[in-house]
Amino acid sequence: MLDDSNDTIVALATAAGRGGVGIVRISGNKATAIAQQLLGFLPKPRYAHYCPFMDDNGQQVDEGLALLFVSPNSFTGEDVIELQAHGGPIVLDILIRSAVSLGARLAEPGEFSKRAFLNDKLDLVQAEAISDLINSSSEQAARSAMRSLQGAFSKQVDSLFEGLIQLRMFVEAAIDFPEEEIDFLADSDVLQRLDLVQAQATELLNNAKQGALLSEGIRVVIAGKPNAGKSSLLNALAGKDSAIVTDIAGTTRDVLKEQINIDGMPLHIIDTAGLRDSEDSVEKIGIERAWDEINQADRILLVFDASTHNVSDLNDLWPEFMDRLTHKKHVSFIRNKIDLVEDKSPQMLTDDYPLLSISTKQQSGLDTLRQHLKECAGYDSSSEGMFTARRRHLEALTKAKDCISAGKDVLISHNAGELLAEELRIAQEALSQITGRFSADDLLGEIFGSFCIGK
Amino acid sequence: MDYPTQYDVIVIGGGHAGTEAACAAARMGSQVLLLTHNIETLGQMSCNPAIGGIGKTHLVKEIDALDGAMARATDLAGIQFRVLNSRKGPAVRATRAQADRVLYKAAIREILENTDGLQIFQQSVDDLIVENDTACGVVTNTGLKFFAKTVVLTTGTFLGGVIHVGLENHSGGRAGDPPSIALAKRLRALPFRVGRLKTGTPPRIDARSVDFTKMDVQPGDEPLPNMSYMGVEADHPRQVPCYVTYTNARTHEIIKAGFDRSPMFTGVIEGTGPRYCPSIEDKINRFSDKDSHQIFVEPEGLTTHELYPNGISTSLPFDVQLDLVRSIPGFENAHITRPGYAIEYDYFNPQDLKHSLETKIISNLFFAGQINGTTGYEEAGAQGLLAGANASLKAQGKETWCPRRDEAYIGVLVDDLITLGTSEPYRMFTSRAEYRLLLREDNADLRLTEKGRELGLVGDERWSFYKEKKTALTTQRTYLDNTWIQPGTEQAKRAGQYLERPLTREYSLSDLLRRPEIDYKKIEEITEQQSVRNDVSAQLEIQIKYEGYISRQEDEIAKLKKNENFPLPIDLDYSVISGLSNEISQKLRDVRPETIAQASRIPGVTPAAVSLLLVYLKKRQLAAKKKSA
Repeated sequence: MLDDSNDTIVALATAAGRGGVGIVRISGNKATAIAQQLLGFLPKPRYAHYCPFMDDNGQQVDEGLALLFVSPNSFTGEDVIELQAHGGPIVLDILIRSAVSLGARLAEPGEFSKRAFLNDKLDLVQAEAISDLINSSSEQAARSAMRSLQGAFSKQVDSLFEGLIQLRMFVEAAIDFPEEEIDFLADSDVLQRLDLVQAQATELLNNAKQGALLSEGIRVVIAGKPNAGKSSLLNALAGKDSAIVTDIAGTTRDVLKEQINIDGMPLHIIDTAGLRDSEDSVEKIGIERAWDEINQADRILLVFDASTHNVSDLNDLWPEFMDRLTHKKHVSFIRNKIDLVEDKSPQMLTDDYPLLSISTKQQSGLDTLRQHLKECAGYDSSSEGMFTARRRHLEALTKAKDCISAGKDVLISHNAGELLAEELRIAQEALSQITGRFSADDLLGEIFGSFCIGK
Repeated sequence: MDYPTQYDVIVIGGGHAGTEAACAAARMGSQVLLLTHNIETLGQMSCNPAIGGIGKTHLVKEIDALDGAMARATDLAGIQFRVLNSRKGPAVRATRAQADRVLYKAAIREILENTDGLQIFQQSVDDLIVENDTACGVVTNTGLKFFAKTVVLTTGTFLGGVIHVGLENHSGGRAGDPPSIALAKRLRALPFRVGRLKTGTPPRIDARSVDFTKMDVQPGDEPLPNMSYMGVEADHPRQVPCYVTYTNARTHEIIKAGFDRSPMFTGVIEGTGPRYCPSIEDKINRFSDKDSHQIFVEPEGLTTHELYPNGISTSLPFDVQLDLVRSIPGFENAHITRPGYAIEYDYFNPQDLKHSLETKIISNLFFAGQINGTTGYEEAGAQGLLAGANASLKAQGKETWCPRRDEAYIGVLVDDLITLGTSEPYRMFTSRAEYRLLLREDNADLRLTEKGRELGLVGDERWSFYKEKKTALTTQRTYLDNTWIQPGTEQAKRAGQYLERPLTREYSLSDLLRRPEIDYKKIEEITEQQSVRNDVSAQLEIQIKYEGYISRQEDEIAKLKKNENFPLPIDLDYSVISGLSNEISQKLRDVRPETIAQASRIPGVTPAAVSLLLVYLKKRQLAAKKKSA
């Protein structure tokens, strides 16, 4: 968690997504050793090798360009290896995971630039931007982490977290309060609890691995009254060549999601066609779900008809809708059908909301809209997307799971409560990357809250 | 008048913090004055008559490793010794001793009076002399002025102390002692952040009125453990057992009926008490489903009949105390010699301190002990030793010192206090130490004695004792690493009877010792070689068995060291650092961390914020370079 330039760090240096080239960058004193493992040879410094890439088990996963920069002649001032791969997110993920298992750790947001600066590779003028970069990219990372944690995954993590705390409570109490009447280790079925937590961690990790690459991208809601042009906007954004993946879970009254790509950035588009007042109880459930989706969306495109609505009264456009939004800042107004009116200026600034003018019929204003969506997502190479967020979570879970297993082993083989405690402490520390910090004093608080302790 | 002697260090207070502080400063060659309101109470154990406990013993052993007084006095005064967690691993074992109050006080007094460079004066202190935000002396209640380069304040519960028994309360520093009102008022006028804490004691009981046959006997351990590394069994006085009894439904009824006259439940007491050492009324209130609580009946000494019933600390009115005590088996006819009470006192937010325990607000002024929000003799003694050593270093114009979190529980204690502050009396637990497997009671000397010698804290006698042990450890370790057992030999056969499968390849003795089924005694049997000293063989066994874990923790520590050594200016203006949120900036201003590592331990300070700090410092450095060029 701390600044530590002794660590070797790895990250994706390009935006995650489909298509194009993805660059994995590794910096630090283990970079050359890791390169040797992933490539099978040591690349010549400052020379582009076209070669196969291997995972940490020596299995070929892709081929591409490898470039080695030797300290101090690199971006960060440390040894740096760059792997330019062709494959999609799965390949990039394998390369990053392999680098981690060979001794690197995932870079903190903005860490490459920070190292460059701290190693005197940037001058004072360039450095002015570093603080902003650290801030914006860590905010973006936090948003991505939040998104990665939605739904069932989050619930499972919470339940593992709770289970681990309960377990540690008994293990630590047994050590720090041996004179109490309760024998915390014997009375609490520690082994049974350990088994449970271990199973939870394993299941969670498997689920997370399966879901890791599915929820990349940002969630966009297209909303608007009938005939504002929602479907034509969706089609226009998707383009003719893009495959529209439609997954319809449950009934047609459920929320409808479609996935499209803009320059490799996946967009999950949520259709709100069913959003209207209804007395039907089943339909009501559908509407509630739609609202959940809307309020979790990264961006809401509120489409209206330029020929029937004036720009000056944006707030009056659909007040019932605006009132129910929890994040009004996520709204962009889309003034459609400008082919029918005189004022065709593509982009306007209003006090509260971005306003973009388009014509789906004439295909005008769409590039500006695409650019706008990318900006909204913070989708640039310097920031951290879902891809890295998930990898971070997987690393944390893997470490937690390994420590729990190791703890169980030392308890069984050595009956060593203090070593079990140590493994569980590290497991908790790893998990805290997802759940937030849980301090020694927090744990003592749990113990004193649950047991009557002390003389 | 102005007292003619100019001292290096003045220590105010003669409790566990004050006595360690005075001795430490004097050992380091400073001219020291210990000011106490009563010489007869130097080294007084005001609460329970015991030294040690899980986490606490670790502090005592560290004090000992730095040649402090507490462990030696405990060996001379201990009347029952036990090793807690003896069936668990060595990292979490702790030697605990019941101490005879009179013997303990006498041992401390003897150490104090035989420490060169240490003078004692009896008078209470009313004021500090502060010039240019720098402490330079004290004024006593008779107007006598003493001057010194540094001042250590160890006033315990005496600052603004208020004693509660039922709804009655009066000013007091401890039962039978006056509080320090004038000094408390004076300190409150300085810009320190002040709070109120609460602690309490149980009623004391006359042993002649107790029926011990109704209680469980708890004898001490055999063989008798020692507290000091240099301790020997012959140091200990006659040993006596403790007893255990229990509260019951009737006790709980009596206590509940007294709730309406409890100063805690009626809002008379505002200070926060410790969560882990609750009064009996608090236990009954919070855990109403528990139908019995255990009470350890501890003798106060060999020459007194007073008993300390550990577990029924209370501030209920005396009539309730008497009834509740007499409802307990063995205590049916008990005579109370002193009522239990709660005491509220001032403490200063330890976030206003540096790692050296010098205040950030007044230079050359050091705080140690309960004034910093801690509880316990051991916590107080550890801080006292550190504050005394640093006051001495400061007086000598040298750099101050504090062990890191990975070096000592003293480091954990101080870093926790100054980084996190505390809202309840802070007690040490091993779970507070992330490097618990390294910080053991068996190796405090190996962790600290060399540093202590370098600082001048460790005297010749301990130093030569330590060096001898260190040499024996090295020799014996070399022997274990380089002595091989070949398969098929007699030795291998003897080893085989302890192992699941016979040896199939050669094993060094270290390799064998690493296995869970082999201990040092078995190594001696296998090799038919009597080992050297017991402390050496025990130490090596622990080191070898924990080796994997120890090296993992050492890797972790190596990584953190850079941040621990990366200083942050105390007067850094956090409001100008671009990108820091107001919330984080405020947190940093509250603590004013001394290093990057400390900053990162403040709750709510994110890794990104730490990066912003580093970038800011680098920018400042670049800008300064540019300016000078």
